[in-house]
Amino acid sequence: MDTVNFNVHPPHLYPEYKSSVLRSPTKPLLPVAKYLKDLSLPAFGESVISKFDNDLTKNARRNGEPIGERIKVSGTVTDEYNRPLKNVLIEIWQANSAGRYIHKDEIHDAPLDPNFLGGGRMLTDSDGRYTFYTIKPGAYPWGNHYNAWRPNHIHFSVIGHQIGQRLITQMYFPGDPLFEYDPIFQSVPKHARELLISKFRIDWTEAEFALAYEFNIVLNGKYQTLFENV
Amino acid sequence: MTEKRIRRTPSQTIGPFFAYSLAAEQYGYAYNSIVNGTLLDPAEEGELIYVTGNVFDGKGNSIPDALIELWQADANATYRTLPVSKKNDGFTGFGRLGTGTHATHKFSFVTIKPGGTTELQAPHINVILFMRGSLLPLYTRIYFSDEKEANSKDELLNAIGPARRKTLIAQRIEKPGLIEYIFDVYMQGENETVFFEVEK
Ligand SMILES: [Fe+3]
Repeated sequence: MDTVNFNVHPPHLYPEYKSSVLRSPTKPLLPVAKYLKDLSLPAFGESVISKFDNDLTKNARRNGEPIGERIKVSGTVTDEYNRPLKNVLIEIWQANSAGRYIHKDEIHDAPLDPNFLGGGRMLTDSDGRYTFYTIKPGAYPWGNHYNAWRPNHIHFSVIGHQIGQRLITQMYFPGDPLFEYDPIFQSVPKHARELLISKFRIDWTEAEFALAYEFNIVLNGKYQTLFENV
Repeated sequence: MTEKRIRRTPSQTIGPFFAYSLAAEQYGYAYNSIVNGTLLDPAEEGELIYVTGNVFDGKGNSIPDALIELWQADANATYRTLPVSKKNDGFTGFGRLGTGTHATHKFSFVTIKPGGTTELQAPHINVILFMRGSLLPLYTRIYFSDEKEANSKDELLNAIGPARRKTLIAQRIEKPGLIEYIFDVYMQGENETVFFEVEK
C-alpha cells in the first residue's frame, strides 16, 4: 500500500506567518495545466557562471577570509521519479555567520562581514549534482511576533526545465531548536518538514577544512523532460 | 532509473532579502546579475514595448519586495531554447526585476511584443511572481489590450469568467516614441488577479 503523502507544499495563506494575510490569493487558482504543459523554462549556459560563484567563502573577499564556520552544501536536483536534472540553475542567498544579511533594508544590528556577500549560483552537472562552499549562516530576529527568530537557513532559487519546476525554498540545518517556533518552517505540512532539513554527512566532510551537509532538491516530475540537450 | 515516486521539496517564501543574489545589479550590490529587466537584443525584430506595473497587497499598498520574472516568445512566436549566456546573443525572452528600486515600487521591463503561438493562444507573456509573505510561486499571464480579436479566441482567457478576464489584460498606452503596457497585479480585492494552478 502506498501511504506516502505527496502534498508537501505550504498553503498560500498561513495566518501565523503574518505577511501572508494580505499577500495571498483569496480566490481559487485557475487550473491551466492543459494549456501550459509543454512550456519550458529558460535554459542557462556555463557562461553565466563565474569562477567563484559557487564558493561564497571566496566570491566577495576584500582583505581576508569571511568569519565563521566554513561548510560545504551539496546534493542533487532530480524530478520526483529520481531522474537527475542537469543544467538546472541554482541561486542561493543567506545571512552571514552573525545572522546579518547584507541587504540594505536589514535592520538587525549584528555586524556585517566585509569579506562576505552571501550570494552565489551554479548549474547542476550531468548527474544533477551541485556543491556550494559557504559560511554557516547565523539565526536572526524578525518582526513576525514578539521574540521571533528564524532558524539558520540558506535560501535556494531553482529553475528547472519545465514550467512546474520553478522552486524557491529554504534549507535548514539538523536539530535546530527554533523549528518549533518558526511559522515559515511550520507552514509546511508536518510530514514534509524533514524534506527542508539538510543531513549532516561526515563522509562528505573535508578533513581539516569544512563540515558537509547534504540537501537534495526534488522538482515536479509530471511532465516529460523535453530538453535533454546541452 | 526508478519508477518509485519520491516527495518533492516543499516551497518556502523568497523572504525580503533576495536582491543581492537574484537582482544584484538592479539594486546596486557588488555582484553581477545573469538576468535583468531587458529581454531584448538591440538587433531584435518586432515592436519594442515597455511592460510596467505595480504589485498591490490586500490593502491596496504597493509591495516593495516582490520579484517578477517574465518568460515569453519572440515576435515570431518562438521561445528561446538556446541556453541564456552572458554575451548578447539574441532575444532571451526571460527577464527578472525586483520592485524595491523605484520610488513607487514600480517594475518596468523592456521587451518585444510576442507573437501569438497558435490560433488558440493570443500573444502573451508568462509571469512568475514571488514576494515576502507568499509561500508559493504565483503564476499568471500578461495579454495585450490591442489584441481583442486574438484574445477572444484564446483558450486560457476563455476559461476565465468574463468578470475576471480583464485582470490579465495589460493596457496599451502610446506616448511619443514609446509604447507602454500597464499590468498591475492585485493580490486580493475586487480586482484580484487570476493566478494559475500550473499542475492541474
Ligand atoms: Fe532568510
